[in-house]
Amino acid sequence: MSDPEAFRAETRAWLEANCPPAMRQPVRGEGDIVWGGRKAQLSADQKAWLDAMASRGWTVPDWPKDYGGGGLSPEETKILRQEMARLGCRNPLNSFGISMLGPALLKYGTEAQKKRFLPEIARGEIRWCQGYSEPNAGSDLAGLQTSAEDKGDHFLVNGQKVWTSYADKADWIFCLVRTSRESKHNGISFLLFDMESPGVSTKPILLISGYSPFCETFFDNVEVPKDQLVGELNKGWDVAKYLLGHEREMISGMGLGGGGLGSGGPAALAEDAKRTIGVDAEGRLADPLLRAQMALFEVRERAFRAMSEKFMDELKNGRAHPAQPSMMKYYGTELNKARYELVMAAGGSDALEWESAGSANGAKARAWLRTKANSIEGGTSEIQLNIIAKRILELPGT
Amino acid sequence: MPLFLTDEQSMLRDTARQFVAVTAPISHMRSLRDARDPAGFDRDLWKQFAEMGFTAILIPEGEGGLGLGHVEAGVVLEEIGRNLTPSPFLSTAVTAVTALKPGSADLRQIWFSRIAAGEAVAALAVDEGAKHRPAQIALKAERSGNGFRLTGAKSFVPLGHVADLIVVAARTAGSPGDTDGITLFAVDKGAAGLTATPERLADASVAAQLRLEGVELDADAVIGEVDQGWPGLSRILSAGRVGASSEMLGVGGGAMDMTIGYLKERRQFGVPIGSFQALQHRAAHLYSEMEVARAAVLKAQQLLDADDPGADRAALVAKAMTGLAATLAVQEGVQMHGGIGMTDEYDIGFYMKRGRLLAELFGDTNWAADQLARMSGY
Repeated sequence: MSDPEAFRAETRAWLEANCPPAMRQPVRGEGDIVWGGRKAQLSADQKAWLDAMASRGWTVPDWPKDYGGGGLSPEETKILRQEMARLGCRNPLNSFGISMLGPALLKYGTEAQKKRFLPEIARGEIRWCQGYSEPNAGSDLAGLQTSAEDKGDHFLVNGQKVWTSYADKADWIFCLVRTSRESKHNGISFLLFDMESPGVSTKPILLISGYSPFCETFFDNVEVPKDQLVGELNKGWDVAKYLLGHEREMISGMGLGGGGLGSGGPAALAEDAKRTIGVDAEGRLADPLLRAQMALFEVRERAFRAMSEKFMDELKNGRAHPAQPSMMKYYGTELNKARYELVMAAGGSDALEWESAGSANGAKARAWLRTKANSIEGGTSEIQLNIIAKRILELPGT
Repeated sequence: MPLFLTDEQSMLRDTARQFVAVTAPISHMRSLRDARDPAGFDRDLWKQFAEMGFTAILIPEGEGGLGLGHVEAGVVLEEIGRNLTPSPFLSTAVTAVTALKPGSADLRQIWFSRIAAGEAVAALAVDEGAKHRPAQIALKAERSGNGFRLTGAKSFVPLGHVADLIVVAARTAGSPGDTDGITLFAVDKGAAGLTATPERLADASVAAQLRLEGVELDADAVIGEVDQGWPGLSRILSAGRVGASSEMLGVGGGAMDMTIGYLKERRQFGVPIGSFQALQHRAAHLYSEMEVARAAVLKAQQLLDADDPGADRAALVAKAMTGLAATLAVQEGVQMHGGIGMTDEYDIGFYMKRGRLLAELFGDTNWAADQLARMSGY
């Protein structure tokens, strides 16, 4: 890279000039998150910010310029993120296309597939969902049964997926299908298709949070053109695992509060606890046991913040162990669950309100319940521990 | 700067790993212990550390040192921890050098050259009770003639019985609990009125109880400003915390590696016990805690080296986190070894003892976490 400090100064000036003030306010809830796609309804500020960032390729700063990226080096990407954080810029675009499918296409896609899908992802014009889990294939994901039959010029897909995040809002799906029954792992293929294809239907699942971000997704004789197969036929498990690494990396970000309610950090948590509990003669939170729990949480949270920085630096420079995302996912999600237990303890009965305006429709309680999925989705904590034990510690199999 | 070791730092790590493993493996510590060695460390080995350049890592280039930072010092400390090497490195090459940096040219000239040459060892005397409470310093330093007269006691001073130089934090004003009124002094070995009583500790290291009964010092023994020693002391303690954290990474990492090795080798029920999921999950959890601790330590080292205002807080995070992770490592280590882990003949127990001492040094996890809580306003 030329000169890091020159790049930093130029980036800072550009962000100051191009990030609308409203896009520098903390995210207050799901409505403030831009997912993009055909059905997206963006505010003028959200659109201006997304377009400005996309015009420089900075929604995906380290992707190649040919595919809509910014072509930045790891160090430049880190500087951009630091400067965005310094100014409090919101993420212009959240997307499974960016965090999951894109990296897999960059590695396994054909040139035509990269040219077709990556620029759309970078500009936020397409929203993706993930067709992985099935009713009988959860932790044992490779046991999936949704089938894709070779019909000459297309595949014919039949079956059912479950826990498909935002399937009802997505434009396209990346989907694991069984193309051979001769081998469990070597009979899986990775397909992309339009959710408006005839035969696709979705049904939202009501969760303990009272929301329905996940769906059941059904495929009834869905025709998928053959050029939408990613990687080789029956070799989709490699693509699937590679993508899972990126998914785990994304979910591990929850350990830092995930930009939501918990992102105010320990100081914000402390303010809430002082309000409900009061302070002692020294002005400290009057519940010494909660204080101790919060302090030990703060140690792990700050340490994990350093871990996230270190992991990203290693990853972008090709130094990370390929199974390290499992450690990040395990630690980050367990940390986020601990955070929300403290959010609830700090809030007391106020935090239990479910419908009141004052509680923003039960935001705390619903977010607390949502975090319980963190250590299940993308592979449970127990699966991550299995992976660490086998692939990093090289402990023997049974 | 990326949060991983540079190529030069990795090379230093490889050199240090090889050197310490060969010259001072755990058997070296065991033989000093078995001989009840009164010094508690080997002066010849300290000389060799100097010949390798290790003792001069933090000393500025213009003053006979290498002008490197806490990342590099930490690389050496981790190997010391991994091999449980009894060494004056932390108290001499890290805390004493950090203490002397803002000192007078005379003090720096005398001590930097001797430390770089491996001819001097140093100790840091801060604590006065069984727990680290630096603001509670009561040891009194009163004006006397041209200088000061020190009266009081210090506890838990590693190598205080043999140190050529003792950096003493004393109170020149205010009362225990105040951060104003602290002054740092460089006290020579054998100063009149100074007695050091060595105490052998559980890990076979030696720390001294110091008594200062009217120790007379010239004004040029003062390091930094009179009454304004707190920021300097904080800096020394941050360096000490980060250094102790690095050593704990070695202790925890060494215990973890030994334990993972044992899980692969020990067979029960006809299979390696490492094939049992109950143990695999605990080992994987331990690995995760150690990785997070390692990141916290490297972050603190880089911030210290950059003179970043966040360095003190990062040092507390590193100390608290390595305390949690290394304590888990040594406990799981002994438990997973089963009966053999309880024997003196096997080395895993040494990790537990050393880890306990380092967890206590410069403030334990609970104390460091409470400091963080105060900084965050609760």
